[in-house]
Amino acid sequence: MFESLSHLALQQYWWIIISVLGSILVFLMFVQGGQTLIRHLGKNDLERTMLVNSLGRKWEFTFTTLVTFGGALFASFPLFYASSFGGAYWVWILILFAFVIQAVSYEFRSKAGNFLGKNTYEAFLFINGLFGTVLIGTAVGTFFTGSQFTLNEMNQVTWDGPARGLEAVLNIQNLALGLSVFFLARVLASLYFMNNIDESTILTRSKRHVLINAIPFLVFFLFFLIRLMFLDGFAVNPDTGEVFMEKGKYFHNFMEMPVVLALLLIGVVGVLYGMGAAVLASKTNGIWFAGPGTILTVFSLFLIAGLNNTSFYPSTSSLQSSLTIVNASSSKFTLTAMSYVSLLVPFVIAYIWYTWRAMNKKKLTRDEITTEDHVY
Amino acid sequence: MIQSIDWSLVDWSRAQFALTAMYHWLFVPLTLGITWMIAMMETIYVRTGDPEWKKLTQFWMKLFGINFAIGVATGIIMEFEFGTNWSNYSWFVGDIFGAPLAIEGIMAFFMESTFIAIMFFGWNKVSKKFHLVSTWLVAIGANLSALWILVANAWMQSPVGTSFNPETARNEMTNFWDVLFSPVAINKFLHTITSGMVLAAIFVIGVSAWFLLRKRETRLALRSITIAAIFGLLSSVFVALSGDGSAKQIAKVQPLKLAAMEGLYDGTEGAGLVAIGILNSKEKRESGDVFAVKLEMPKLLSWMAYGDPDQFVAGINDFKNGNPGQGILSTGEKIQRGKVARGTLTEYKNARAAGNIVKSDSLKLVFKDQVFLDTYFKYFGYGFVDDVNYYIPNVPLTFYSFHIMVILGFGFMVFFALILFFQARGELPQRKFWLRIAPWLIPLAYIASQSGWIVAEVGRQPWTIQDLLPTVAAVTKIDAGAVMVTFALFAVTFTVLAIAEVSIMLKAIKNGPKNHGGTK
Ligand code: HDD
Ligand code: HEM
Ligand code: HEM
Repeated sequence: MFESLSHLALQQYWWIIISVLGSILVFLMFVQGGQTLIRHLGKNDLERTMLVNSLGRKWEFTFTTLVTFGGALFASFPLFYASSFGGAYWVWILILFAFVIQAVSYEFRSKAGNFLGKNTYEAFLFINGLFGTVLIGTAVGTFFTGSQFTLNEMNQVTWDGPARGLEAVLNIQNLALGLSVFFLARVLASLYFMNNIDESTILTRSKRHVLINAIPFLVFFLFFLIRLMFLDGFAVNPDTGEVFMEKGKYFHNFMEMPVVLALLLIGVVGVLYGMGAAVLASKTNGIWFAGPGTILTVFSLFLIAGLNNTSFYPSTSSLQSSLTIVNASSSKFTLTAMSYVSLLVPFVIAYIWYTWRAMNKKKLTRDEITTEDHVY
Repeated sequence: MIQSIDWSLVDWSRAQFALTAMYHWLFVPLTLGITWMIAMMETIYVRTGDPEWKKLTQFWMKLFGINFAIGVATGIIMEFEFGTNWSNYSWFVGDIFGAPLAIEGIMAFFMESTFIAIMFFGWNKVSKKFHLVSTWLVAIGANLSALWILVANAWMQSPVGTSFNPETARNEMTNFWDVLFSPVAINKFLHTITSGMVLAAIFVIGVSAWFLLRKRETRLALRSITIAAIFGLLSSVFVALSGDGSAKQIAKVQPLKLAAMEGLYDGTEGAGLVAIGILNSKEKRESGDVFAVKLEMPKLLSWMAYGDPDQFVAGINDFKNGNPGQGILSTGEKIQRGKVARGTLTEYKNARAAGNIVKSDSLKLVFKDQVFLDTYFKYFGYGFVDDVNYYIPNVPLTFYSFHIMVILGFGFMVFFALILFFQARGELPQRKFWLRIAPWLIPLAYIASQSGWIVAEVGRQPWTIQDLLPTVAAVTKIDAGAVMVTFALFAVTFTVLAIAEVSIMLKAIKNGPKNHGGTK
């Protein structure tokens, strides 16, 4: 069935899959947000242990989604993998490092003989929560603002900035997105705790932290979004493949793809409603609105970055080196084969859903932490 | 393509890759093997309802969890390192290589991480059956992830199912099934997962023997040993068979690696197999005096590699200098042909850049011409470096690693048989000598396992993709200093985390099955 699609249709299909994975990843980074709140929401050892365990049952999903996001990008747009990872070396290395120290922290934190002590592992979780969100957000920001690289005729990359990617943090547009992701993750985490933990002190503190973090989130995100509408964007001429600057390109993309605009609006409303329900009405189910809202919002941003003849990984120092879903993609054969594999995704989502339901039937209680035999 | 070669960059990048891969591989094999045994123990528990089996299951599960966490931590580096440090590689072969990595994520990692949550936290939340199924799915998921990464690795050793596209300057996949079912991949997969099972069995027996010696948990320890010894004996037979299968594949697709594994410099008919040997210095070896000491079994190498005791097996010098009688090209000749292939590509690129459509179209067709492909393109990778010695792997490292692995492999087989024999006669608790030896075999199993990768990876140097892409052309162009910094960063981090892991593991073993639980 995929054989009959054109190469372009497959490239678009794969950009959509990448966008789905990317948006789920941003939602799941509530785990990272939560990791930066452990000290704020948990005032004693037991409370902190409850928080860590509540997150601890979810962190692997975020991690695995990140790994799969990377793998899927490699398979579908290998030129991005080669240019960005090798080029923006330091950004990616820092992100990786932040995830390496996370992966051991849950399991090792409270075990006897853990060599570094509980506080170190909690610090690792904090570092992961801070750098993971801000840097991934910043890196995604470069999808709109561009990076400094040149490709030669063999498609090999040369990075033109001496900071090897770290310069991205100096761009306020990127940084605004990075900080939005950071505060959003904290909002989502607070909503998640309200829903997942049965402990009144944590509930009230979480509620307060929804508000505390919602404000900076809204400031940074609106700044990012409004400015984006006025930015010059990296457009592609579909016939020649030539890349050129277009005023208000991203705004045009929303106008020319009204469905995507609708997704954005529904998404934003969902996030606002989730936050509002928690803060104003003290509802504990805010995460069920803010979570899907986040996914839709991020999904729409990914779509305008890559679809509608837009360069998703533009180069500011060598405009014609910019990557588009056409010039960066895998061969038609590989995309076709991988499209069959993508049919597994709904099954994966289904069994994850099923097991989450089984595990989340009961909220996490004090009791469980003190009696269960596997706790973090 | 490469203007000036910065050798220290290449060396540091290789060192970094080797470091992270070997750290990852410290934790993966136990995961691959022990999950099967845990699933078997839980199955017995569900069948019999005997709570002792549940306790046993939970004890090994806890050790598994400690090991798993650091396996994941080291794995993520591996995945992204292809992009960060081997970016030219990532483009040159990403069309093929990316697919297994993505499938691994979608198919295997999610399965593993979803059901691990049930396995650890679901005891009181889901039914016994559901829990048991989850445990089996963790084992299957772990081994599926091994499958896909090994398919990727096998393809690097023996690139099949692809063709080169001059327009994009990369290799593109033409047949998915050829990549997946390549004989190298199948042997590699079987050998690797069975080697993980052997290692895990040695681990379980070693830990249980320690309990027996201290007269603690005797019943649980004996039960564990029975399961592990049976499992280990069967696996070690499969390890030997699939290892032999791998060697036969190497004879076909990487004959120079085979020569290095055996320290064979001058090819001969009816080649003997060196069972144990000590190599001479490099100068002596190259002048024909290879071994200081050796124990050789006549004709066995020819027979093992080709199934014919009189078959010719080529040696290192045959590849270096060529052997027309056997139809082997010299490395110098391959270098010339590789240059022709690369030159054709450059010419094509220049013609295109100059807008000379007629010329570029005709050059493009050359890359579809089977004669050109077989005579020139096949040696594309030789066109990068002129020194013939560059194309010869490190012989002592390959040779000794291979022999250590094989000797230990057969040793483990005997050990499992002995343990089973004592166990069957009910005298294991009295066999103090063997119980004392058992824990010391654990590090040896890790050594065997690491040696295997050294054979596979060092033995194929300088290739990242056999005959197509040497390491110098695969590496990301970045300051060598940057790679040194990240090398140090990973070396320190992984070492610290590994110390923590071992220390937690030892504590958890000392506490034993009774005191399971996390916090206190
Ligand atoms: C406990 C670990 C262990 C043990 C006891 C053995 N192996 Fe092994 N071997 C491995 C663990 C391993 C490995 C780590 O899994 C490797 C590395 C790459 C691979 O494919 O498997 C490997 C590679 C490897 C290779 C190279 C494959 C390649 O380059 O693609 C050969 C030829 C053998 N083995 C042969 C054997 C033989 C004949 C054994 C005799 C019993 C044996 N191994 C025991
Ligand atoms: C986990 C087990 C593995 C170990 C212990 C291992 C070991 C090594 C070692 C020792 C080297 C350095 C060789 C040298 O510099 O002489 C190396 C290089 C390399 N290996 Fe592996 N390897 C493993 C798995 C893999 C897998 C599964 C792949 C691919 C999917 C792979 C791809 C590479 C690459 C790209 C290099 C760098 C280039 C080179 O020096 O050849 N390795 N590995
Ligand atoms: C260059 C090669 C490799 C890459 C890129 C790689 C990548 C990864 C990644 C990203 C993870 C973490 C997955 C998660 O999110 O749970 C992981 C874990 C794992 N990998 Fe690797 N890996 C490599 C080599 C290998 C090899 C050679 C094997 C086995 C033969 C293997 C088997 C596993 C297993 C079983 C896990 C589960 C965690 C554990 O280690 O216990 N990997 N790997």
